[in-house]
Amino acid sequence: MNLRIQEPRAPKAPDAAAPAGGLVPVAVPSPPPASAIRTFLRERGNSRVADATFRWLMLLCALSIFAIVALIANELVVNSKLTLAKFGMKFFVGSAWDPVNENFGALPFIYGTLVSSIVSLVLAVPLAVGVAVFLTEMCPQALRGILSFLTELLAAIPSVVYGLWAIFVLVPLLRVYVDPVLIKLLGWTGLFMQPDFGIGMFAAGVILAIMILPIISSLTREVMTAVPHTQREAVLALGATRWEMIRMGVLRNARIGIVGSIILGLGRALGETMAVAMVIGSSPTISRSLLAPAATMASVIANEFAEASDDTYRSALIEIGLALFLVTIVVNILARLLVWAVTRGAPARAA
Amino acid sequence: MGGDQGRTGEGSLSNMANQPKSSTANRRWRWFTNHMASGLAVLSTILVIAPLVAIFIDLVYKGASSLNLNFFTKIPAPVGEEGGGMANAIVGSAVLLGVASMLGIPVGIAAGIYLSEYGRGSKLSTVVRFTADVLNGVPSIVMGVAVYALIVVPTKGYSALAGGVALGIMMIPTVARTTEEMLLMVPHSIREAALGLGVPNWRSMISITLKTAMPGVITGCMLAFARVAGETAPLIFTAFGNQFWSTALNQPIAALPLQIYVYALSPYDEWHRLAWAGSLVLIVLIVVSVSLVRYVTTRGVLKGAS
Amino acid sequence: MGVSIEVNHLNAWYGANHTLQDITLHIPANEATALIGPSGCGKSTFVRCLNRMHETNPIAKVTGEVKVGGQDIYSETSAVEVRRRIGMVFQRPNPFPTMSIYDNVASGLRLNGFRNRRVLDEVVERSLKSSALWDEVKDELKKKSGASLSGGQQQRLCIARALAVDPEVLLMDEPASALDPVSTAKIEDLIFQLKVQYTIVIVTHNMQQAARVAERTGFFLNGRLVEFDSTHKIFTNPGDKRTEDYITGRFG
Repeated sequence: MNLRIQEPRAPKAPDAAAPAGGLVPVAVPSPPPASAIRTFLRERGNSRVADATFRWLMLLCALSIFAIVALIANELVVNSKLTLAKFGMKFFVGSAWDPVNENFGALPFIYGTLVSSIVSLVLAVPLAVGVAVFLTEMCPQALRGILSFLTELLAAIPSVVYGLWAIFVLVPLLRVYVDPVLIKLLGWTGLFMQPDFGIGMFAAGVILAIMILPIISSLTREVMTAVPHTQREAVLALGATRWEMIRMGVLRNARIGIVGSIILGLGRALGETMAVAMVIGSSPTISRSLLAPAATMASVIANEFAEASDDTYRSALIEIGLALFLVTIVVNILARLLVWAVTRGAPARAA
Repeated sequence: MGGDQGRTGEGSLSNMANQPKSSTANRRWRWFTNHMASGLAVLSTILVIAPLVAIFIDLVYKGASSLNLNFFTKIPAPVGEEGGGMANAIVGSAVLLGVASMLGIPVGIAAGIYLSEYGRGSKLSTVVRFTADVLNGVPSIVMGVAVYALIVVPTKGYSALAGGVALGIMMIPTVARTTEEMLLMVPHSIREAALGLGVPNWRSMISITLKTAMPGVITGCMLAFARVAGETAPLIFTAFGNQFWSTALNQPIAALPLQIYVYALSPYDEWHRLAWAGSLVLIVLIVVSVSLVRYVTTRGVLKGAS
Repeated sequence: MGVSIEVNHLNAWYGANHTLQDITLHIPANEATALIGPSGCGKSTFVRCLNRMHETNPIAKVTGEVKVGGQDIYSETSAVEVRRRIGMVFQRPNPFPTMSIYDNVASGLRLNGFRNRRVLDEVVERSLKSSALWDEVKDELKKKSGASLSGGQQQRLCIARALAVDPEVLLMDEPASALDPVSTAKIEDLIFQLKVQYTIVIVTHNMQQAARVAERTGFFLNGRLVEFDSTHKIFTNPGDKRTEDYITGRFG
């Protein structure tokens, strides 16, 4: 039925391509002499060793990420032994920071880190969610690309440039226009009191807010777009307005992810160094007024490490670094778990 | 969550249907909140974009006026003297970034290859991925302290090497994760084609899979590069900074962001100007690479690969 | 010249799924053998076991014996070496997107370390002629990307790529299923010419195709080889009721 026989086209003897003198007969089961190419390929090894080596090399590099984190932790612990042993837990509750008398308490910096981060979150979160809502639900397609590019750029500006801008532009602006208004309106809370130098906790909070905005808004956008379209349609089908649709259909479903992105922003704010160090005023004091100079855990390391000449002083600063390391790890893990749970955790588990 | 939401929705609907009197007020309220919310969203977008625009205008305005040939060719002038530039800092940054790239890019790419080609779905790779994200979140100042303890203390001196290592470590997670993502985009059929030809596994990964994903992988490397190019905190007590020419790996070295930091906090106007000019250069470098990255990723990294 | 393939008690699994159950058959040299059956019957898995591609999936498992030219490919050699001897053409054309036409055809040799330029030129030309693509692409060999060809051309490029390593067996996993009728006819013509030199195993869901190109045909159903005989016999006088039902279109 199918024995339509055709002439083979070009004469293709198996050894047609044999280079001059390169033909070595090898013991292969097929009787005719193997072509040069077959001979060549037969003589290649099975590259088992190369494959195994490659695999181990790649594994090693992947594991190096582990090793690095472990190494960082180890270095920090070993080098802060001095103060760990000397002050113990008192280190974190003592409020005296006196390098001259070798008396170290990190409370002012913990306080500074917490308060500046909270101020930044209070300022950044509503804005970030607003931007995310605008970009995902309202923005015309053409504008969306440009705006998300701009927010990406915001994330790419180096901390030190933010710091420079804050010193010469933001701080004068705050001192002249913003702070007097705050003192007048909110002075009764005790949070905004004279004297006002411009630099201080509030300035640090504002620049931090500007810096963490892109992170929070882009992640919020991500979790919002991850909300299935059917959720929106379900709410719209009930006759909801756009805002009701966003509130009930989108934000409600995305809230865990949004909390995750806020915590991630917090992680960044806690460890942010340069911009804060440049505008916070570097004062190891706890004061109620946000307009007073303060210091954060990161800023005190940046500002004092180079001049810390004796071992205890240096050990104290490294211990602050260790605390910062542990806190940011915990915060990051928490945030990642939340974001993962929303964006990929759920479908992966279903698959 | 679903039931809750259904109830709210039904509530507003039954309000509309059964209570004609309050319905106008209700509708007006809903109209108001709807437009209010839209307005707030637009307002917050403007508020977010404003500082960005302000920063760029200030940078160009204050930086460009100090940018001249001297900036790129001279080392800093002594205090009180006019002129001087940041040539040593630019070269220093190049050296630091070179060292960082030599550490961060190969290790990052290799880790990415492991995650996508060997460890797909395995517990180990999940943990590695997670650790990479954690490492990404470690504050850069902590990285500086750790590298200080790791390299500066044993070698008894600040050095370009220490600074480069600190930056290199910070590049690894970014490079690894983007490499992984890009490799995952390479169609499985391409890998099969290579294996079907009897090409050894390692060769197929390098010459076929990685090569196909190359534009994306380069993008990831540039992203990591741009990110550490502006890092200051990890350099303060590793590279330390240097007012003079130096490219030696075992000596303190100048770096652009470090110099900006020092000059910004100095009391001299001349130095402030240089700080702005340095920031402008840094930003241009970063904007160019981020735009390039965006161009490459939106224009279909793996065109024709599907 | 091609070699014969002897399969004895081959079993294959995907995870807990027993996709091939105790397959035994003998595929003669220099003939085209077609494997037909409804989708999911195991015919693709079967050819993937013949060049050890099946095991590239981490959850896959295989037992039994496959002898190619007398050598057991599972116990007497390595996967890499087996695949150099047995070419494979996949269901969807999969040229390397970053490579030119020339580089695509040369890839099997180059990636295995072959460096002789003059021989490479010859091999590329010969392979492209064998796959009937030469005349269409000879002017843009090094300029044009393999991915820029049409679907049918891409598939012939993939055949040329498989032929360039001068294999003894050519496995084709539904090579024409993603192609238009004209390209399909070209591929079938090719199979006719190629079986003079190679042993060809072709998986197809198209029974007419099997009838046109193959000397022998095997019918797979639910992971088992129901019947294996000359194509003529299978299509005119099948020995098994299920085969008859399938080729007369009563199911599948």
